[in-house]
Amino acid sequence: MIEIINLTKSFSGRKVLDNLNLTIRTGETMVIIGGSGCGKSVLLKHMMGILKPESGQVMIDNQDIARLQGERLDEIRVKFGMLFQGAALFDSLTVFENVAFTALEHGMHDEAKVHAKVREKLALVGLRGIERMKPAELSGGMRKRVGLARALFTDPETVLYDEPTTGLDPIMADVINDLIIQMHERFSVTSVAVTHDMTSAYKIADRIAMLYEGKIIEVGTPDEIKKTSNPVVAQFIRGEAEGPITRTSRLRDMQDHHEEAPYERADRA
Amino acid sequence: MHTSLVERFGGFGTRFMSLLRYVGGAVLLFVETVLWCFVPPFRWRHVLHQMMQIGVASLPIVFLTSIFTGIVLALQSAYQLQQISARLYIANLVALSMTRELGPVLTALVVAGRCGASITAEIGTMKVTEQIDALQTLATNPVRYLVVPRFLATLIMLPLLTVYADVIGMFGGYMVGVWKLGIGHGVYINMTESSLMLKDVTTGLIKSVAFSVIISIIGCYQGFVTGGGAEGVGRATTVSVVTSFILIISADCLFTALFYFAF
Ligand SMILES: Nc1ncnc2c1ncn2[C@@H]1O[C@H](COP(=O)(O)OP(=O)(O)OP(=O)(O)O)[C@@H](O)[C@H]1O
Ligand SMILES: [Mg+2]
Repeated sequence: MIEIINLTKSFSGRKVLDNLNLTIRTGETMVIIGGSGCGKSVLLKHMMGILKPESGQVMIDNQDIARLQGERLDEIRVKFGMLFQGAALFDSLTVFENVAFTALEHGMHDEAKVHAKVREKLALVGLRGIERMKPAELSGGMRKRVGLARALFTDPETVLYDEPTTGLDPIMADVINDLIIQMHERFSVTSVAVTHDMTSAYKIADRIAMLYEGKIIEVGTPDEIKKTSNPVVAQFIRGEAEGPITRTSRLRDMQDHHEEAPYERADRA
Repeated sequence: MHTSLVERFGGFGTRFMSLLRYVGGAVLLFVETVLWCFVPPFRWRHVLHQMMQIGVASLPIVFLTSIFTGIVLALQSAYQLQQISARLYIANLVALSMTRELGPVLTALVVAGRCGASITAEIGTMKVTEQIDALQTLATNPVRYLVVPRFLATLIMLPLLTVYADVIGMFGGYMVGVWKLGIGHGVYINMTESSLMLKDVTTGLIKSVAFSVIISIIGCYQGFVTGGGAEGVGRATTVSVVTSFILIISADCLFTALFYFAF
């Protein structure tokens, strides 16, 4: 179980996450939706202890991940897999070395086995015969899928997906959707997926949470979300240009024009 | 008027703080790196790879810089020394300046420009493309995986390159002295041998060990603090080289003074 309690995080004085609370139950698929730049990736990174909270906790099976270090932290991390938004493949390594990274780094030396496993994971994401290529030779969508294969290599109990279907063609996107569903049904993996793709969200989610202005403003099953009474959520899931989200951000833009936002000043310094 | 004064002092304060943070961060990285060096399993393959990158690939440019330095040194000292009819002594002058000073410093500067920069660019790119984060999610310590091999490789290769530079530089002097100025082959070698003491070489090597730490730690640290895309990587690389240069030159001054008064 992942329990996020009163999580606050700011960058150069600007609050990105603001007293955020969210619980992800073991074995469920939680989809996090929210506007671009609202802090979804930042939230995911807190779940693996890559970013440390300013205040609040991220509890993984009742352990505060921000307080763990060294081997204790790594023990938890090997049970996690994470797909990064930009895939984050190591570009000095081949596809094979990327996917098998943990095996090669942490001493699993039965070569035949490693090769078989890499082939299996690549097949899972619809790729084959690219083991010897470097990431620079792959297309964006292929890179994303190699990143997914790498995240799944250790058969993790929990997988964090940052926009798993962005940049894929509709068929491939659906293959990945099915993969996430399978992970859930066959291996009872706990999944947290960030996405903008509402079709995908409705299809894979047990529950959907909407992140807005640093807080989770609504959590519910896909059906509950579709019938939401919250105008912000309603505007977002329908993808409408007019509504409360655009109205407040336009207002903020006008204010920014007058008084420069503090984080911008700090960035430039 | 008074606001500008406040601003100036405020700016000074924050700049001082960020300098402190920089120094502290680099020192911490150094300590962490040294500690990881003693934790098995050791990744010799990575170290070897970096040794090729840093050491072997630097041979040509170190060769060029030191042979020309040797030649120039010999010519310049010949110009001075022949006024007091002591041309023979260019052998001593070249040997001592190369081993004590120019060999270590020039090699360090060349390696900082060549390898320090590429270390920063590589790690910085990994930082801005989230590869460092990815390393952590794969239960791999970035300092151990990235810094330790580069640190060890520089630590081993820079002194070796320095010895190589010393020899090449002296050969440059030899070329001028023997082939151009007509000093006898045996005489030149003899003068060189008798002028050089073990401590000349060792002080030079001690310097180069210190320089190697500067190059690898500044290079890596600057990579880790990179932010802001390709532009950030470019900026970090520049800062890395400039910082290394300044630190190398000032450390050299410090060491030279120390050795002068101590020995
Ligand atoms: N390392 C960082 N340093 C400074 N600011 C950051 C950092 N990481 C994220 N931010 C800021 O935090 C905010 C949220 O970023 P985040 O990447 O989480 O957005 P997101 O919700 O994932 O957006 P998208 O859907 O476009 O991926 C952004 O405004 C960004 O500027
Ligand atoms: Mg994101």
